[in-house]
Amino acid sequence: MKELKVQPIKNGTVIDHIPAGRALKVLHILGIPDRGIGSIVSVAMNVRSNIMGKKDIVKVEDRELEPKEVDKIALIAPRATINIIRDYEVVEKHRVKLPKEVIGILKCPNPTCISNSREPIESRFIVISDNPPRVRCYYCEREPDDIASRII
Amino acid sequence: MEFRNRDIISIKDFSKEEILYIIKTAKKFVPLAEGKKYSDVLKGKILSSLFFEPSTRTRLSFESAMQRLGGSVIGVAEPTTSSVKKGETLSDTIRMADSYSDVIVLRHSQEGAARLAAEFAEHPIINAGDGAGHHPTQCLLDLFTILNEKKRIEELNIVLLGDLKYGRTVHSLAYALALFGANLTFVSPKTLEMPKEVIKECKDLGAKPKSTTVLEKAIKDADVLYVTRIQKERFPDPEEYNRVATSYRVDLELLSKAKKDLIIMHPLPRVTEIAPEVDKTPNAVYFKQAFNGIPVRMAILSLILGGGR
Repeated sequence: MKELKVQPIKNGTVIDHIPAGRALKVLHILGIPDRGIGSIVSVAMNVRSNIMGKKDIVKVEDRELEPKEVDKIALIAPRATINIIRDYEVVEKHRVKLPKEVIGILKCPNPTCISNSREPIESRFIVISDNPPRVRCYYCEREPDDIASRII
Repeated sequence: MEFRNRDIISIKDFSKEEILYIIKTAKKFVPLAEGKKYSDVLKGKILSSLFFEPSTRTRLSFESAMQRLGGSVIGVAEPTTSSVKKGETLSDTIRMADSYSDVIVLRHSQEGAARLAAEFAEHPIINAGDGAGHHPTQCLLDLFTILNEKKRIEELNIVLLGDLKYGRTVHSLAYALALFGANLTFVSPKTLEMPKEVIKECKDLGAKPKSTTVLEKAIKDADVLYVTRIQKERFPDPEEYNRVATSYRVDLELLSKAKKDLIIMHPLPRVTEIAPEVDKTPNAVYFKQAFNGIPVRMAILSLILGGGR
């Protein structure tokens, strides 16, 4: 058996197949560690991968993340897989899938968009394609070229 | 088709059938717009006219349309004296106007302002221009004008000329004309070309728009020439501006190269891009086009407030 740099977890969620270098952005989108996740979170970056060459992996112990809360990471990690682990076994495995809209995650690249002013609203983007992820600002209809750089 | 209480934010929110229905309704309103008939179908209704950017035609024609239908108008035309100057957010201004009136007409400098307004207002919002974004009632009156003059849009050779990059009206218009199956040619200086996204949208609708910098070539088989103003401030070099402005001047000499029944349109105001000598020719329809704003806006107001009677 190959020696793993990051040990398997007993219970929790493993987010695999994150493009190399994006693990911290994924954590940021998930609101970790701010959102009351007190459990152990381990991050592996630039792990060798047969499919992707290099990839990042995130492991959140003792917490089974709901697809709904994880799906939005598809914005920057469209091929990510979510593995739910119970007693060292993968009991559920699924690919992330972008929701129809992403709210409050991205900042519109258009400086004169109303969503960039002092209005009491959250940014809102309509998803127009899953892979590659493409989104359009609900307000000004501008499409950001580089989604990763637009994360709030 | 349901129009009652609908927001009018972008022409893209409407199907071809809905657009044609608005235009058909507008036709019925022409005698009322001319003041030959009177209606009080919107009696007791109040329109809030919120223009946070200068406007003459759009604001006046909305106010005229509302009053010709028996409704009344309240509003601000000078944002410098209004609460906006005091730092009020647009959403607060909208909430206030929404509680004072039955419909809000909004012009604002920021893209997406009308969509935001629609989220905060219970009554319908009509977008009268949001920054470089949409201006759907202008688009509707342009379509109305072409249909009135040419009886069709499909297969017409339509040339859009001028500032196609920043021009607020030409983006929605190009989309709508593609939807209706027109043959489009975009004529502009290299630096003010039609944005790629707009060209892609037209292609997605099955159109094959052509782009050129040479007006003389495009004018020959044109049925409609839609002229827009080239703003001096877009050119850092005044000489470059002069060169462009003179090369795109529509005058009698240019008209001699065009089809006899070419119609010339312009959203106005114009500066030098159309010579005054053209005004008297049967080709010039831009003042008719400006008038058409009234029946079209009457149709929209009556459809969303009163069921289109």
